[in-house]
Amino acid sequence: MDSRVQIVAIAVSTGLLAVVFELVRRRRLMERYALLWLAAAAVLLGFSIWRNGLELFADAVGVAYAPSAIFIVALGFILLLLLHFSLVISRLADQTKVLAQRLGLVQHELDSLRAELAAERRLDGEREHVHS
Amino acid sequence: MSRRFHKPLAIVPAYNEEPCVGGVVTELHHHCPDFDVIVIDDGSTDATADAARAAGAAVVRNPFNLGIGGAVQCGYQFALEHGYDLAVQVDGDGQHDAREIQVLRSHLERHPELHMVTGSRFLERARDGYRSSTPRRIGIRIFSALLSAVTRQPITDPTSGFRMTTRRGIELFARDYPHDYPEVEAVVMLHHHRLRSAELPVRMRERAGGRSSIAGHWSGFYMLKVLLAVGVAIFRARPAVEPGEQAPVTAEHAI
Repeated sequence: MDSRVQIVAIAVSTGLLAVVFELVRRRRLMERYALLWLAAAAVLLGFSIWRNGLELFADAVGVAYAPSAIFIVALGFILLLLLHFSLVISRLADQTKVLAQRLGLVQHELDSLRAELAAERRLDGEREHVHS
Repeated sequence: MSRRFHKPLAIVPAYNEEPCVGGVVTELHHHCPDFDVIVIDDGSTDATADAARAAGAAVVRNPFNLGIGGAVQCGYQFALEHGYDLAVQVDGDGQHDAREIQVLRSHLERHPELHMVTGSRFLERARDGYRSSTPRRIGIRIFSALLSAVTRQPITDPTSGFRMTTRRGIELFARDYPHDYPEVEAVVMLHHHRLRSAELPVRMRERAGGRSSIAGHWSGFYMLKVLLAVGVAIFRARPAVEPGEQAPVTAEHAI
């Protein structure tokens, strides 16, 4: 493998690892969403350092030119991440729906309680008025 | 053998139905005086909620538009919480005739084994009342063939939102209701949960005004999405949400 490719690959995956780590450290990225990113960066870094491993992998999946196997790995992770995001979005949409429904129902309860209370107060006021 | 319902509710989902919703509520009060009426204003941008309140309905306002499925489910949640034993869905656009509600109700009372009745536009008596476009009719044909095969009972009007459910149905729909194309999917859901339903012929009207919240754009794409949704519903890994099972919305499920 051309050593320039290796250097670039190492630099990119190290950078990715560092960015993800830093984002988690600053609490900008929740750990649960960082796991896949960390795994992706770690595997990519591993393959870019350990050339033999990459060649073994390329051989196993039938890729003639070993460095392009790293693209397959990266593509796999990208697909996984996208699917993961779709899952997260679906869940968020579900939760938002439940919250919106609750909010509507609770608002309705609040409004009717307020109306009842106002009616009671008015009644009390009239009674006092009669007494005085 | 028959049964009685003591606390019936009419659920009226409405999205931007200011011109019609008042009339719908008034008609409900007139023809079904013992029904409480709850209007679910699904994030309307016009004065739908005010119009409904002025006509004497209770109103739940969703903070933003959830779509017909989310709105209707909200109504079922209201019914569940307030102990209603009968709930009928009536569209806010006035296409469902309130006079037919007593027909649906008495059918449920006479048939205690049923959990839901649906008003169908396409059973014999109602032929003249309703006309729709050709692609739409073809779509309905396809769905009714599909659903009839799945549920092994004739279903002539799979997209009808004019349906009445008993307590079991209310409980089920309050917990879990399909999102996007609820009428068709709900039939499959009901079948999975072994609740029994039947269709009754009803008259329906042309919409009185406003825009349809349910199927304003009936297209090939819409058809495809509903077919997908039904396919998914048939093969759903978790057809039942019974007490103690995993909640339909769970905190964390990563791949």
